[in-house]
Amino acid sequence: MKYVAKKLAGLIATLAVVSFLVFAAFAVIPGDPATSMLGTQATPEKVEALREEMGLNDPLMERFGSWALHFIQGDLGTSYSYQMPVSSMIGEKIPVTLALTAMAFLMMVAIAVPAGIFCARHAGGFLDRSITVVNQVIMAIPPFFSGILITLLFGLILHWFTPGGYVSYTQSAGRFLGYLIFPALAISLPKAAMAVKLLRSSVLEEMKLDYVRTAYSRGNRTKSVLYRHVLKNALIPVVTFLGMTLADMVAGSIIIEQVFNIPGLGRILLTSISNRDYPVVQAIIVCIAFLVIFVNFAVDLIYKLVDPRITLD
Amino acid sequence: MKRKKNKNLILGGTITGIMLCLIAVGFFWTPYDPEAMDSANKLAGVSFSHLMGCDNFGRDIFSRVLKGSGTTLLVALGTVAIGAFFGLLIGAFTGYFGGIADEILMRINDVLFAFPSILLALVVISLLGSGTYNVIVALGIAFIPSFARIVRSEFLRCRDMDYIRSARLMGAKSLRIMFVHILPNTVPVLLSAVMIGFNNAVLAEAGMSYLGIGVQPPDASLGRMLSEAQTYLFSAPGYAVFPGIALILLVLGFSMLAEGIREQSEAGQG
Repeated sequence: MKYVAKKLAGLIATLAVVSFLVFAAFAVIPGDPATSMLGTQATPEKVEALREEMGLNDPLMERFGSWALHFIQGDLGTSYSYQMPVSSMIGEKIPVTLALTAMAFLMMVAIAVPAGIFCARHAGGFLDRSITVVNQVIMAIPPFFSGILITLLFGLILHWFTPGGYVSYTQSAGRFLGYLIFPALAISLPKAAMAVKLLRSSVLEEMKLDYVRTAYSRGNRTKSVLYRHVLKNALIPVVTFLGMTLADMVAGSIIIEQVFNIPGLGRILLTSISNRDYPVVQAIIVCIAFLVIFVNFAVDLIYKLVDPRITLD
Repeated sequence: MKRKKNKNLILGGTITGIMLCLIAVGFFWTPYDPEAMDSANKLAGVSFSHLMGCDNFGRDIFSRVLKGSGTTLLVALGTVAIGAFFGLLIGAFTGYFGGIADEILMRINDVLFAFPSILLALVVISLLGSGTYNVIVALGIAFIPSFARIVRSEFLRCRDMDYIRSARLMGAKSLRIMFVHILPNTVPVLLSAVMIGFNNAVLAEAGMSYLGIGVQPPDASLGRMLSEAQTYLFSAPGYAVFPGIALILLVLGFSMLAEGIREQSEAGQG
């Protein structure tokens, strides 16, 4: 319990630091939001009045405080370009990106764990060596290119899905998830390749240890040694890797959304960057950062469950 | 006894060598002007006159792949240079001196490290604006934390070793100890970090250019070409496939080379 409390305190501190860093970064950029909001109608008096209204003349810490307070209450600010609350702009996009990331993650686990165990069991065999070679190539393919190849193969040649035929989850949850299968595959493939490599070497390392020999000498078969003894230990480094990957997958989905024309957080982030719509960019970045930090927090806790030897240090 | 051949080293070296030669040629000579449009050859297929066909403006894809690989390579090199240089400085000082500055910088570093680098680069891009040089700066900044972390742990490992103590006793100043005595011992670790970083930089640059915030048209870049090619995927698949293959070969060659060098040095030690 003490462990969780200590981690929780760290979590809150990290959240505060991250949101301050992001806030400060956007506060020091050249260019005045009041001027850009007023556009051609900007006169020095109007700009000054608007700056006062937006609270831009207050000291940085004070502005951060009021921003953070609003943020906690769910008010993420107002978009410069669309003049609408940021929360309503990104609220409906978050589930899309989350669903895509979660699906990609599940796919990665579903591919990597069986394949990794298979390779370790048949280490040195023909299939193991072929998978290792294929793995190396897959790791070198950027996800957006595998996305393009998947569109070409499954979309245009085999007609298994319609490229660009995204269906919103409000219309049909089934078809929404159906459309996400191939994008999720594109995100998960390179990560799965890395996980297979890691799990394979981790299992092989474990198999050399004494307790495995003891288990064999008691008359266990390979299968039961592997699943009852080895796997539990071999999975520890893999869990760390999976946790780190989840953050990458959120970032990966931003690009993949672009490849498959999915209106998620990535799309709106990119438009806001090119429009210099800072409140939106800032809110999305902070949201993603929070997500990443929460995931790391969860991984730490799971880690402790998997391996009771691990302490806070 | 005959040593087992290091396949990774040989194959990786060959692929990287060929790619680097092609890129080097591309800097001085390309079969066509990579920006010259030819409306008669729009989306032309593979032929002897156009080895990889032509794009939607009738530009020769092979020439653009040569030029684009060069751009990608330069951006990746710049990124790694920035990341490694500042990472080295930060890691060296925090690792060697420790203390409260180390504690604070490392906490910030941990946070940044957990953050996907492409997202970090997007933040910097949204502050600086898009363009080739800004992408180098943005990705470079995004790469600092990982280098800083590696260098720091190396300096931490070395700073209390006997040879450092004796150097200190002989009156060597901190700076001299850090950069003359410790630094050479971190080179193997740093080298593999640079190689992995290079691969990530190539992939990140391609991703940024694909999103349209990296290299700006009409300059060729592999990521940019892929995003332009997507519209014509059905009518001219080669337009997307060839730049993609170039990108894969660049990354694959380098990662095999890195793996091979690692195996070689392990074999040398063992």
